[in-house]
Amino acid sequence: MKEMKGFVALRDSGLGEAVASFNSLASQRGVCRAGFSLMTYERIGEDLIVCLPGGSHLAPSVRSPYDVETLVPRMRGIGAMAAAGEIGVLSRSDVQRIFDTLSSKGYRIVGPTVRDGSVMWETIQAVSGLPIGWRDHQEPGRYRLEQSGSKDLFGVVHGPQSLKPFAFTPREPLVQIERSKDGFTARPTPPRQEKVAIIGARACDLAGLAIQDQIFLQGEYQDTYYATRREGLFIIAVNCTRALQTCFCASMDTGPCAKNGFDLALTEVDDQLLVQAGSEAGSDLLSVLSLSPASQELTREGALRVDACAQSQVRRLDRTRLPQALYDAHEHPRWDDVAARCLACANCTMVCPTCFCHKVEETPDLTRQNSAHARLWDSCFTQAHGYIHGKNIRPTIKDRYRMWLTHKLASWIDQFGTSGCVGCGRCITWCPVGIDLTEELSVLLKPSEQRSTSSRQQEASGR
Amino acid sequence: MINPYLIHPATIMEKIREADSIHTYRLRLNDEETRRNFRFTAGQFNMVYLFGVGEVAISIVSDPEEPERLDHTIRSVGRVTSAIAQLQAGETLGIRGPFGQGWPLHAARGHDVVIVTGGLGCAPVMGAIEYIFRRRLHYGSVKIIHGVKSPRDLVFHERFEAWSKRPDTEVLLASDRPDKTWRYHVGVVTELFERVSIDPPKTMVLMCGPEIMMRLGVPILMRRGIPATAIYVSLERHMECGVGLCGHCQMGPYFLCKEGPVMRYDLIEPWLGRVGV
Repeated sequence: MKEMKGFVALRDSGLGEAVASFNSLASQRGVCRAGFSLMTYERIGEDLIVCLPGGSHLAPSVRSPYDVETLVPRMRGIGAMAAAGEIGVLSRSDVQRIFDTLSSKGYRIVGPTVRDGSVMWETIQAVSGLPIGWRDHQEPGRYRLEQSGSKDLFGVVHGPQSLKPFAFTPREPLVQIERSKDGFTARPTPPRQEKVAIIGARACDLAGLAIQDQIFLQGEYQDTYYATRREGLFIIAVNCTRALQTCFCASMDTGPCAKNGFDLALTEVDDQLLVQAGSEAGSDLLSVLSLSPASQELTREGALRVDACAQSQVRRLDRTRLPQALYDAHEHPRWDDVAARCLACANCTMVCPTCFCHKVEETPDLTRQNSAHARLWDSCFTQAHGYIHGKNIRPTIKDRYRMWLTHKLASWIDQFGTSGCVGCGRCITWCPVGIDLTEELSVLLKPSEQRSTSSRQQEASGR
Repeated sequence: MINPYLIHPATIMEKIREADSIHTYRLRLNDEETRRNFRFTAGQFNMVYLFGVGEVAISIVSDPEEPERLDHTIRSVGRVTSAIAQLQAGETLGIRGPFGQGWPLHAARGHDVVIVTGGLGCAPVMGAIEYIFRRRLHYGSVKIIHGVKSPRDLVFHERFEAWSKRPDTEVLLASDRPDKTWRYHVGVVTELFERVSIDPPKTMVLMCGPEIMMRLGVPILMRRGIPATAIYVSLERHMECGVGLCGHCQMGPYFLCKEGPVMRYDLIEPWLGRVGV
């Protein structure tokens, strides 16, 4: 076994020989203890990659089948950065340097700010614009901010907005049409490209943005409007060290540690921040900042807190039998039950980082010489979503909730090879009646003798 | 990067009355280059646009080998189609397209073809029927089955009459609320599925109409020996973008504007008749 910077990769099956307690590692990455040592680890497929503390040894009987040089590029997150020696440290009082560097590179900086009892993305000039000391408490149907008196910059996990509005905007003008002598002329209205640096994105938001990228950029047509906005984004992620009541990213494998899709990632450890690059642009910024490398102790402490955040999540979503089990639950009586609570307000789809339904709207001006063709966020909870002439495919709230959940958790997998849910929990918090999809799913996946009543009636009436 | 949202102006060359509130609009794209490059297959659709009003998904019923002529048969039923009905020849509509998957008319060569239409109009299969008759020698026997509620719903009566006189062609009509003048089958259209003479291994089915007809009718054809993989159905859902992004046209895992509107029956069968899908 070659050794480099204290890393070793093992087949999962070979772990017992190395460190017995490794066998109980449940999450995708994090920190484990072996004896008195603390190690960061990451699972990649069948392999487990472990960052060993300096000076430690594995039993001679343990052989890694891997060459470490080929290993490091496969790792992501804190472990990989530590391997490459690229984690820098920045004291909290110096974070303004990130703002200044980005500003000098021509970025408009957007960060979380306190507004109307919640947190919204706003343009900010300085660290002081961040919600310093604030913490959010989220529960089904409930969002509260509280000032803790601490100096934490990123104590608030998230507000109602994900990263979705930055690339897939709520209203996007598509085409401007002008009447002419021989009919009309149509001119596309692409957005102006703008350099926007977003500071404070969470791992779940990055996962949501990756799904939106797949939908709008990796299909048959590349959406030019989305692409233009997306290209200008510089994303600074923050690894979560505190989980909300509503979080379940650990069970969706999307967080709380930012995997990829960021330019820089920060981990706030008391009055210091670990800084790592995730892209070339991020590395460039990192080199301008010329930070001193983080100590292994601090790196490990950061990883430990992120791992503790994963362990503390109280909600989870069991994906093992999806999509089929949810398709099979189409006649489950629970749909009647949830429909009796759901208001079809569409909040869940508006706050969802991945929901992409939109409608196309035509707005002529008063002279009827010009008309604007724009797309607007739509929701499968609206009456019009399932309309065809002479019929509505989904006339009831039950139909619409079932459509939403089945799409999000089941047919999304068939369409895009991934779940449409990233475990951010926003739909739980912002539901005015506190419907919790993790709870609904777990009931729906339990078999029921009873069939849903209204479907029987609808069938009888020949729908 | 192709922008599928860009609307191309097209002139109405002819407006042909088919029936009360049904017209065929013969369109020609104004821009020469766009016109030359426009190609489609039978069963694909365009988003047809009216200035200041909006767009609607309409299948192209003219022949794909004359792509400079784009016929769209439109029944005025909604906000956009009623406004389009006010237009006359010489006026301008817009087109985006073509979108979706059409009928497998190449694969159907050498086969007997059973074409089923139920309900009103059924423009999507009208184009397929005309396509086959223009290449009649490539196909075996042709059976056209059409069901209506009452005889006055038989809006393309003359066309069915004319087709019935073509060689090796049979037209079977059914009405479940006939009047005294009705001289065809009395009952629902699926009863004709039992009666139509077919050679199952040689037969391909193209079907358009209400989903309940597909759900109840296809099993009859399958019992008679036609495999589900030889049966194609044209489905209808709300469509706004045409490129699988707006989300409205989903049916189970499929985006009908992209993977449909014509779907092979075995693929769509699990989703057909599911309430709310």
